[in-house]
Amino acid sequence: MKTLPGVDVVIVGGGWTGLLMAKELGTRTKHSVVVLERGGPRDNAYYAATMDELDYLVRNRMMQDCSQETVTFRHSDGKTALPLRQLGSFLPGTGVGGAGEHWGAGSPRHSPDCFELYSKTVEKYGVKRLPEDHCIQDWGITYDELEPYYTRAEKMIGVAGKAGNIRGKKVDGGNVFEGWRSEEYPLPPTKIPYYATLFREAVTSLGYHPFPYPSATLTEFYKNPDGVGRPACTYCGYCHAGCMIGAKAQPTNVLMPVIEKQKGVSIRTGARVRRIVHEGNKSARGVTYLDTTGEEIFQPAELVFLGSWTFSNTRLLLLSGIGQAYDASTGKGTLGRNLTHELTLPAARVFLDKPLNRFMGTGSAAISIDDLSGDHIDHSNLPFLRGGLLRANCQGYQPILNFGPVPPSVKARWGSEWKKAAVHFYDRSAPIVFIGEHFAYKGNYMDLDPTYKDDRGDPLLRLTLDWRENERKMTEFMIPKAVEIARAMGAKEFTPFPGLKHYDATRYQGTQVHGGTILGISPETSVVNPYLQHWQVSNLFVLGGSVFPQKPVAGPTLTILAQTIRTADAVIDRYLKKPGALA
Amino acid sequence: MQRRHFLTLSATTMGGVLIYSLDRKLSRLSAQDKTVRIPLHFFDETEALIVAAAVARIFPSDETGPGAQEAGVVMYIDRQLAGPYGRDSDRYLQGPFESGIPEVGYQGKATRRDIYREGVKKLGAFNRLAAAEQDSALKEIESSEFFGLLRQHTIEGMFSDPMHGGNIDMVGWQLIGFPGPQMTYVDDVDKHFGEAFRPKPVSLVGGHPTEDEK
Repeated sequence: MKTLPGVDVVIVGGGWTGLLMAKELGTRTKHSVVVLERGGPRDNAYYAATMDELDYLVRNRMMQDCSQETVTFRHSDGKTALPLRQLGSFLPGTGVGGAGEHWGAGSPRHSPDCFELYSKTVEKYGVKRLPEDHCIQDWGITYDELEPYYTRAEKMIGVAGKAGNIRGKKVDGGNVFEGWRSEEYPLPPTKIPYYATLFREAVTSLGYHPFPYPSATLTEFYKNPDGVGRPACTYCGYCHAGCMIGAKAQPTNVLMPVIEKQKGVSIRTGARVRRIVHEGNKSARGVTYLDTTGEEIFQPAELVFLGSWTFSNTRLLLLSGIGQAYDASTGKGTLGRNLTHELTLPAARVFLDKPLNRFMGTGSAAISIDDLSGDHIDHSNLPFLRGGLLRANCQGYQPILNFGPVPPSVKARWGSEWKKAAVHFYDRSAPIVFIGEHFAYKGNYMDLDPTYKDDRGDPLLRLTLDWRENERKMTEFMIPKAVEIARAMGAKEFTPFPGLKHYDATRYQGTQVHGGTILGISPETSVVNPYLQHWQVSNLFVLGGSVFPQKPVAGPTLTILAQTIRTADAVIDRYLKKPGALA
Repeated sequence: MQRRHFLTLSATTMGGVLIYSLDRKLSRLSAQDKTVRIPLHFFDETEALIVAAAVARIFPSDETGPGAQEAGVVMYIDRQLAGPYGRDSDRYLQGPFESGIPEVGYQGKATRRDIYREGVKKLGAFNRLAAAEQDSALKEIESSEFFGLLRQHTIEGMFSDPMHGGNIDMVGWQLIGFPGPQMTYVDDVDKHFGEAFRPKPVSLVGGHPTEDEK
């Protein structure tokens, strides 16, 4: 093994969190920073040739290479987990920018009570209403504490939206259910394509409160506080293959222009990190990785950040023997617990009379309702807690992934009858999507698989995950609501979601998987403190969605960015002056 | 060394227009060219004829418009299988291979090439059957891994960019009103409500679809 000269900071992962931390350290300190990214380099120019649905959206050219590394999956303890041999319900990214390159740019804040989920729920409904095997907990940070960081994150990426609550004053046209905001969104909301306007009219007639979904695609030219200018979106509809003009916020167009000017920051691509080197679970000494030639390299560092998405963050700690692995049978150990995944499903697919022109759009050109989210409805007499949003999104529909749905009156799935209906309805059909909260349960967790290994011989991460009655009952409640909206939209036919049974790792839901290295107020129940600092190894920080103790409704990216900025402040203003525990 | 195989088709059944060769050059065919010989990269000629016949039943050419035959779906599939995708280079292929619950997806060792070879063999003299007999043969294998791939690849071959070998002359896109990769809809995205807005399609290969009967 080759040992390189030491650096001040090593960051594992070159996605949103890793590159954001590199930018903050690079611009605000004189420390040497190395970012290690397993995938290849990527910049704006890369996207000139990506308007190809087959290679980029069907064959997943921007995603993790399963032939090298995947995860294994089972529904519950005592069963044998099998490898997910190809990508399915989530799409971990790879290469510079990570999953931040292919996201849809939905940028909501989490509602204030999400951060105190345990306390607020027990306060209102009593501890007996919580599901039997839940392990939900408070974050140890409140919305009010995070609000200034949300504002900074929104300005950095340029979120387009309409405020519904400015310092407690409700504003018509925005999301009246959202937490207070110190100011209006940096940019006005996206244009709203036809399908979402039909949804808006329908939900308005039903008494709901529609709002334009906040989106980090620019609606006009915008220069952020770092001086990075980006152009307005053209609604070409290829967001998920990466934005070629830089209108959709991606690490390559928001962070890289700043990082490239920092002499202290270097990014090494093709660097696959294997272990965090540490001394007796007390302090990290650096990391080892394989370079593109396969040579194993030790990169010593004073400070280590993990920013390698939920799976790799958790797996690297497990492989390195840092902290105590969670044991589901005893409830002991914290590393790997609280695995959650956003509950996303087509609550009803509508079939309409008129063409929608739905090839036009952008990742989050959507109208949503938040009326059924969180605790906005009273759950005293409902068989579930919490809820989620319903939304009509005009993301720019591509034909391979979206050709085929036919109304329930057509039974054929191939041949002339199917073709006729599928061609007719290709541009006259779309889903009303439900996105719900996912509680954490004692039986849903991550550990190392006893059988399956990656191409380097290291054990794969094993997911043990299934839905519980709370998610099933919540879904049952939402489907008729979506059907009612479908009728109000004028749909003569619609396909309701058949109901939630077991977690299906082959049906794409979203790349929002959480837990494993959760934050909290005690080392007994969490891996990192509210500053995302490891409880035992104080020169190790863990960034990203892996710190969420459970899944709040809607996209996590803005919250992840806000938390990363907060950690950067704490590290730069406090830790670097006096290294040690921040909480 | 394997013998080079060609698929020989009559130009009229291909829609009589354009074929993309592997170097992405357009060959213009007309009804006067009686037949066209297309080099095959994975299938042999018999296999190609069977696959062509099967995808033509999945996505028929009928009164609704052109289908898998005019789009050249069989050429698309041949090229996909000839490349790394056909060898499953994107899949996790370490053992042990065990069968599992459907929620973990396909667990087999057989690659897509293997599945096609085996599946096509089982279809026997499929291409010589009458349409109704072909339909019943396909119904019998509807739940197989092979049919799943065949249906998925038919949709891909109909609607992927013509640079991949199918969707010849953007016939698939024209059928459903998809305009291909366009740089901007900024002036149209919130207009044309309730009316079909159909810009002239473009592809990554360049150009617009050919006009009828010049």
